[in-house]
Amino acid sequence: MIPAPFDYKRASSAAEAISLISEYGQDAKFLAGGHSLLPLMKLRLASPAVLIDIARITDLSYIKDAGDHIAIGALTRHHDVEYSSVLKQHVPLLAHAAGFVGDPQIRHRGTIGGSIAHADPASDLPATTLALGATYVVQGPNGTREIAASNFYKGFLESDLAEDEMLTEIRIPKMNGAGWSFQKFNRRAQDWAIVGVAAWRRGTESGVALVNMDSTPVLATSVSAAIASGSSIADASQQAAAQAHPSDDNNATAQYRTHLAKVLVRRALETASA
Amino acid sequence: MKINITVNGNNTQADVEPRTLLVNYIREHLGLTATNIGCDTSSCGACTVHLNGESVKSCTVLAVQADGASVTTVEGLATNGVMHPMQESFMQNHGLQCGYCTPGMVMAAISLLNENANPTEQEVRIGLEGNLCRCTGYHNIVQSVLACAGKK
Repeated sequence: MIPAPFDYKRASSAAEAISLISEYGQDAKFLAGGHSLLPLMKLRLASPAVLIDIARITDLSYIKDAGDHIAIGALTRHHDVEYSSVLKQHVPLLAHAAGFVGDPQIRHRGTIGGSIAHADPASDLPATTLALGATYVVQGPNGTREIAASNFYKGFLESDLAEDEMLTEIRIPKMNGAGWSFQKFNRRAQDWAIVGVAAWRRGTESGVALVNMDSTPVLATSVSAAIASGSSIADASQQAAAQAHPSDDNNATAQYRTHLAKVLVRRALETASA
Repeated sequence: MKINITVNGNNTQADVEPRTLLVNYIREHLGLTATNIGCDTSSCGACTVHLNGESVKSCTVLAVQADGASVTTVEGLATNGVMHPMQESFMQNHGLQCGYCTPGMVMAAISLLNENANPTEQEVRIGLEGNLCRCTGYHNIVQSVLACAGKK
């Protein structure tokens, strides 16, 4: 399968990329690793008239210790997130979860920014960065703005990014020794999660987010509220799906997903609390 | 669009449509047909090649994205007619049945050992999760990789 014809443009800087996307508007898509977009284009589920290749903007590939948080360039590949010693030390949940994205070949190409901007609720890193209280930095024609992960996801494959904006950086607070767990339930090794859970806990503080439990990644605030008020893990995990609206598909019914979410949140919190 | 890609050490140039996939460039423009197309949806790994030394699925990379890069296919592994140790190990351990997944398996396995020279059996199995063998001949494939790593 070969994608429908398109024009190919290459940007060498974020400013050039934004200038190009401003020029072509909704006919254009950014191309980073291409591992979400190209499969959709091959299946004709997407047929942008113009692809703007941003993968060569090498100054957007970095992982930096920025004091209270780690700053990750949007074009940092999953492979580099997975193996980053800085992340293993300060945000081990994210490094670990990145190792569950697709398979090694996909992680050699796919980028954290591409995964987040694609806003697929079944992807691992949108939910993981949501659980970690990330802030996303986006750049547009009029400068940059910061968006809390909790305000970023608007619907299935829809985000707060404007047509002429580009995600440039992901900022993740350091975990400061919090316990953590990433649970991914699927049938075959490289599949998307039927349900996934990213969770961390430090005493009464916690963050829990769900993969593939709604049209967006879901922050399970009821679980964290229950933990904060002293509930047991078993009781708190019963709140797992309180914010979620799961749907039926070929892999699972909504009812089964709700059950899975409770089980996986319990397992995640048990691990994070150990 | 004009592209330059070093394939198996040779400089190649072509004027391609932007939508040309790297695997089609390798197979059809260059006539290097060892790299197979299996699922064509970045699941099966039959099309795995090395892009700048790392395994990628060439059905999900545009040739224009590889412009300026170095690509290695299974045809580029032998040196002066002597097979790469991984190829030799697949042969000695019968790491194949029908052979369709083999070029991709060999390329993924070499990339795996480049990143982890001393893997456990479990790490080999997880490291090859992006490559499917529909003969289900995984046992000897894993043995081949372990043998190449000197662990058998």
